[in-house]
Amino acid sequence: MEPILTINNLTKKFGYLTAVKDLSFTINKGNVYGILGPNGSGKSTTLGVVLNVVNKTNGNFHWFDGNTSTHEALKKVGAIIERPNFYPYMTASENLKLVCKIKGVDYSKIDEKLEIVGLLERKDSKFKTYSLGMKQRLAIASALLNDPEILILDEPTNGLDPQGIHQIREIIKQIAAKGTTILLASHLLDEVEKVCTHVVVLRKGKKLYSGRVDEMISSHGFFELKTNKEQELLSFLEQDKSFGNIKVEEGLITAFLNEPMSSEDFNRKLFDEGIILTHLVQRKESLEEQFLQLTDNN
Amino acid sequence: MLRLLNLELQKLLLNRTSKILIFVSFILPFFVILLSSLKINVFGFFTLELGELGVFNFPIIWHLTTFFASQFKFFFAIVVVSMIGNEYSNKTIKQNLIDGLSKKEFILSKFYTIVFFSLVSTILIGLISICIGLYYSSYNEFGIIIQETNFLLAYFVKLIGFFSLCLFFGMLVKRSAFALAFLFILFILEWIVFGLMAWKMDTDLSEKIQNFFPLKSMYKLIDQPFQRVAMTKFPDKGELVYDYAVHWHEIFIVLGWTALFVFLSYRLLKKRDL
Repeated sequence: MEPILTINNLTKKFGYLTAVKDLSFTINKGNVYGILGPNGSGKSTTLGVVLNVVNKTNGNFHWFDGNTSTHEALKKVGAIIERPNFYPYMTASENLKLVCKIKGVDYSKIDEKLEIVGLLERKDSKFKTYSLGMKQRLAIASALLNDPEILILDEPTNGLDPQGIHQIREIIKQIAAKGTTILLASHLLDEVEKVCTHVVVLRKGKKLYSGRVDEMISSHGFFELKTNKEQELLSFLEQDKSFGNIKVEEGLITAFLNEPMSSEDFNRKLFDEGIILTHLVQRKESLEEQFLQLTDNN
Repeated sequence: MLRLLNLELQKLLLNRTSKILIFVSFILPFFVILLSSLKINVFGFFTLELGELGVFNFPIIWHLTTFFASQFKFFFAIVVVSMIGNEYSNKTIKQNLIDGLSKKEFILSKFYTIVFFSLVSTILIGLISICIGLYYSSYNEFGIIIQETNFLLAYFVKLIGFFSLCLFFGMLVKRSAFALAFLFILFILEWIVFGLMAWKMDTDLSEKIQNFFPLKSMYKLIDQPFQRVAMTKFPDKGELVYDYAVHWHEIFIVLGWTALFVFLSYRLLKKRDL
């Protein structure tokens, strides 16, 4: 696999505060990555360092094969961090023209990219007249101008209304479908779950996990059960070594598996014991539950 | 280099406020000099014609026009500090860097713009001086015309030096208004230090040291011309004689400050987390 971004033992300190601690991971071509973490976990700082706006304290990182300087590499990267930053007195197309000049891209791309984000008919309006959703879409158009090898998005739906969020997500999905590598930092887990194949989980500047989304925690899922013979069921579950943690909440029993087991086998076993279930659901933890579990345990 | 200049010119010329200020900083001195060269009838009492005083003779005209034109540099100074202040307040400096501009290129694009506008201003002043001079001057020999054109060079260096100082203050405090306040503080500070030195040591020595201070060294490039005009009127008054010429060491001092300010601006940006 072709690496796009390699980070080795990166550390960033703001005075006494360590925002990023000894962080290492690699972004490979073609995957969609999510950086997850609660607010203040160092997501934006990490992105700031690799994007040349925050100075690192220790460690190193390099783009692509490591032979290009950071600012040259950034011409092949598209990035939006936090809020869209443009010149308020310029129109959308003038703002994009400026970005073209910086990145060395042909002006013909401007209309093409404005079309993708649906701003073509507003291209001659001044940036300050735009709504937040439009500003964010313009930022995406700007990031796409150079047909980037990797698109970096930091909280792209922050502060948008539901329609705005939906529009942005649709655009991201379209871009991902074309095979562009994406790095998406967010604390909105369903957002990451929907589009990402890989995740990096951060907490307090430390990496808790990096790898595929579905391998995030070694879990075999859990059963949600209801029965009229609650006591018998509970004592059965406690004796069975296949089950670990058992929770009871308002008549709903949640039993976590230690080893794989199909719902069919489990149901048969209980039936033989004389326990009839009125409710049986087998599930895997959602990304949100996995994430909370991961961030709580560590 | 052209790419960086082009970048900054787009930022400036699409902004109405800076466009007006740039216009004013170029056109105003142009007009003031032009008007002063006309014959003005003051309410019918008497006619005022500065040309008759001989101030538009070559080579003294170079001294006069550059001195007066440089008083208008403050308008463009506002443009310089606001072109930094705006980048910070719009956070576009961050976006520029993310888009692939290096920190060095960012500072250079500002510096090239300063050099560009200083050059345009110098050329304009040069042209108007030639025109007025040719019209009024009693001496039109080529050798006399090109005498003291080094005032133009001094004017150019003075503008670059002053705007580089503004650039540095802009980078330092990130806000336009505070940067201008800093400029004023520096002005006062230079005089306080001079006053203290003159009080503790002798005045001659402290004046020599003062000539190395940033603002004073820029001012010293083109000395005030009034005394010189008076000198031409009363050639026998020996106490009026003073050294008004542009000296190479004066130019080097200002160029030194310019290099330092640009370098410090770059260092500041490099060390800073945006």
